[in-house]
Amino acid sequence: MTTAFPLLLAAGIAIPLAQGCKPANTKSAVTGDAASKVFVPPGQYDEFYNFVSGGFNGQMSVYGLPSGRMLRNIPVFSVNPENGWGFSEETKPMLMTTHGFIPWDDSHHVEPSMTNGVPDGRWMFINGNNTPRVALIDLATFRTKTIIEVPNSAGNHSSPFITPNSEYVVAGTRFSIPMGTDAERDVPIETYKENFKSTISFIKPDSADATMSIAFQIKTPPVDFDLAHAGKGPSEGWFFFSTYNTERAHDLLEVNASQNDKDFIMAVNWKKAEQYAKEGKGKRVPGKHYMNTYSDETHSATSKVFEDVLQLDPAELTDLIYFMPCPKSPHGCDVDPTGEFIVGSGKLAASLPVFSFSKMQQAIANKDYEADFAGIPVLKYESVLQGEVKKPGLGPLHTEFDNNGFAYSSMFVSSEIVKWNVKTLEVVDRVPTYYSIGHLSVPGGDSKQPWGKYVVAYNKITKDRYLPTGPELTQSAQLYSIDGPKMELLLDFPTFGEPHYAQSIPASLIKDKSVKFFKIEENKHPYATKGEKEAKVVREGNKVHVYMTCIRSHFAPDNIEGVKVGDEVYFHVTNLEQDWDVPHGFAVKGAPNAELLIMPGETQTLKWVPQSVGVKPFYCTDFCSALHQEMQGYVRVSPAGSNIPLTANTKSADAGL
Amino acid sequence: MAVLALAVACGGGETPAETPATGATTETTTQAEEPAAAVPGMITAADITLGDIDQAMVAKGKEIYEVKCLACHSLGTNRVVGPGWKGILEQRKPEWIMNMILHTDAMLETDPEAQAMLEECLVRMPNQNLSNEEARNVLEFMRTL
Repeated sequence: MTTAFPLLLAAGIAIPLAQGCKPANTKSAVTGDAASKVFVPPGQYDEFYNFVSGGFNGQMSVYGLPSGRMLRNIPVFSVNPENGWGFSEETKPMLMTTHGFIPWDDSHHVEPSMTNGVPDGRWMFINGNNTPRVALIDLATFRTKTIIEVPNSAGNHSSPFITPNSEYVVAGTRFSIPMGTDAERDVPIETYKENFKSTISFIKPDSADATMSIAFQIKTPPVDFDLAHAGKGPSEGWFFFSTYNTERAHDLLEVNASQNDKDFIMAVNWKKAEQYAKEGKGKRVPGKHYMNTYSDETHSATSKVFEDVLQLDPAELTDLIYFMPCPKSPHGCDVDPTGEFIVGSGKLAASLPVFSFSKMQQAIANKDYEADFAGIPVLKYESVLQGEVKKPGLGPLHTEFDNNGFAYSSMFVSSEIVKWNVKTLEVVDRVPTYYSIGHLSVPGGDSKQPWGKYVVAYNKITKDRYLPTGPELTQSAQLYSIDGPKMELLLDFPTFGEPHYAQSIPASLIKDKSVKFFKIEENKHPYATKGEKEAKVVREGNKVHVYMTCIRSHFAPDNIEGVKVGDEVYFHVTNLEQDWDVPHGFAVKGAPNAELLIMPGETQTLKWVPQSVGVKPFYCTDFCSALHQEMQGYVRVSPAGSNIPLTANTKSADAGL
Repeated sequence: MAVLALAVACGGGETPAETPATGATTETTTQAEEPAAAVPGMITAADITLGDIDQAMVAKGKEIYEVKCLACHSLGTNRVVGPGWKGILEQRKPEWIMNMILHTDAMLETDPEAQAMLEECLVRMPNQNLSNEEARNVLEFMRTL
């Protein structure tokens, strides 16, 4: 790597010179063309939406490709004071779990809703790793619509991969844990082998209302689930999960979970599981979990709590799961567009194994087992293997596919993308990444019909690629063209948070469905104020409800008196605008939470318990017009025992009648 | 100002009704000759028939007014954010009002009268996304003022 720097720097200096005169060689000509390939002229749209996990920021961000321009950061699992996510009364329930209100998570993998194995542009899913959850993002509003908690899981890493017609989104636990009653869960850690189990949950998104429920959960021997992908085409009905720590270690996993030459890809017959569940062959076991969903009619979230979950036990139900040996601590578990080949990216292995689904079926039929693992059949490696990509690079992590029969594998340790032929298993090209690539993504690259054109590398380390910003540096994405026989680096762009997995979808599948505003007539929020005539203040004991409207550029009411120290004041602010891109903000001095950002036609509520006497200002925080700076008002706060009546200036503009 | 000058320069040609820059804009109530018809989809005089006042339409128009318009327009002659509506039809043609409601941005970009109002009010009138029928109901309500 050290020798690469001077070469790279030299190339960087050569480009501007080369552009001015005749290209000196192929390399500079190709590089010179990169700018035009990523240039999206001002006012024009990108070709793809790129949805990227935010990693430890718990969110999902949206970029345009090929420009790399960041379009949105969608708050998902972490509070976002910028628009009141997790601070407004309406959004607080979205972050409720059995552990209470959780303001943060670690989000890793992005998966699209699919129809016939192809992304359909309706939803995007993302996992919450730390407090196990799965979120559904509505691509009409680019907002988090539903979050479901995953019970009997610890570290929801192997998630949220989806079946070809969005029947199920999976959630596999990274940590094995003891489950059941309090007594069953309070056990010595060293009893791992006897008492610890893992689970895979199958979550059903409801196509009508975009809520989610846990259809069933499969209990498995204690392994750590890493990644997964659904079968498709011939393998539709199956799901494949990479596992590590088949050593069943519970301490110093860095060493103790790297002993076996092979771990497993676990193949799950989910159609069979679905059938068992329907036949009542599962057991309802303790598994308390929350399901929170946001309504665009009431502009509010509600939580439902479920006490148990339907669990299937492969020790009792046959033909449900099989293990395929896979070298070594596999991360990526990726199915090619034909659905015949499953690629395990063993991050500690020297080769990339490619498994054949038809061989796997044959091996199952022949009971071609080499062993069993805690009672589960382990198929013979040689019987299920199509072949190995030999010496692809160091630290293979993840593989995606194009529409021309090629696969692209990320190599974390050797910092490169390796392109190989899925049929011949020959490496045909390799390019460096800067630095330490984790996941990569081709538009539609895990679907039946990849759109191809680009591969994006998501890098963990940027070191010297950008201006230094102290000890904490940005993570990054790198865009490569895959149109030609050689991959070509086109663009670096910094990312918000740490990018793990990502998805790209043609803009045409999404952009025309984008909601521009919420119709005020359809606003069913219980505290909506539909017109200034309805603006008012109401006291109910120590609760004060302010029914407030906003429009360019004033609030109604904007003078309120009779609020007392210790009152619970609820500002229910309705934005009366009915046009695109005209949100109003609302902030009150000293409120110990955040602002509201209210979209046109929407109602949002800020709760405020004033702690001191005085006249407190509030104002619009989102520059809305030339008179935005005038969009402000006052609340008079009197002592707790005060007799000042609650009043507000709600006289409306039709007073001149 | 640059937008205004440009719009005047391209605004049809035959009546370059020089809009005063600032100050004396309020009393220029004489209507320019159909300046908006150049923009496709705009309402023209031929699209509107004003018969006897239809009270059902008035009621619907008033309802829309109270939710979507009242915050800025009084029913008197006083300006709140935008102009008061009393007597508005003596100053504006029905099609101009309909276009201002339905094609707000196009009017603010092309119509000298709309631009003069913007200079005075300094807040771009929001497009409240009314349907043609809803805008017509609002117009009917205005006729009663």
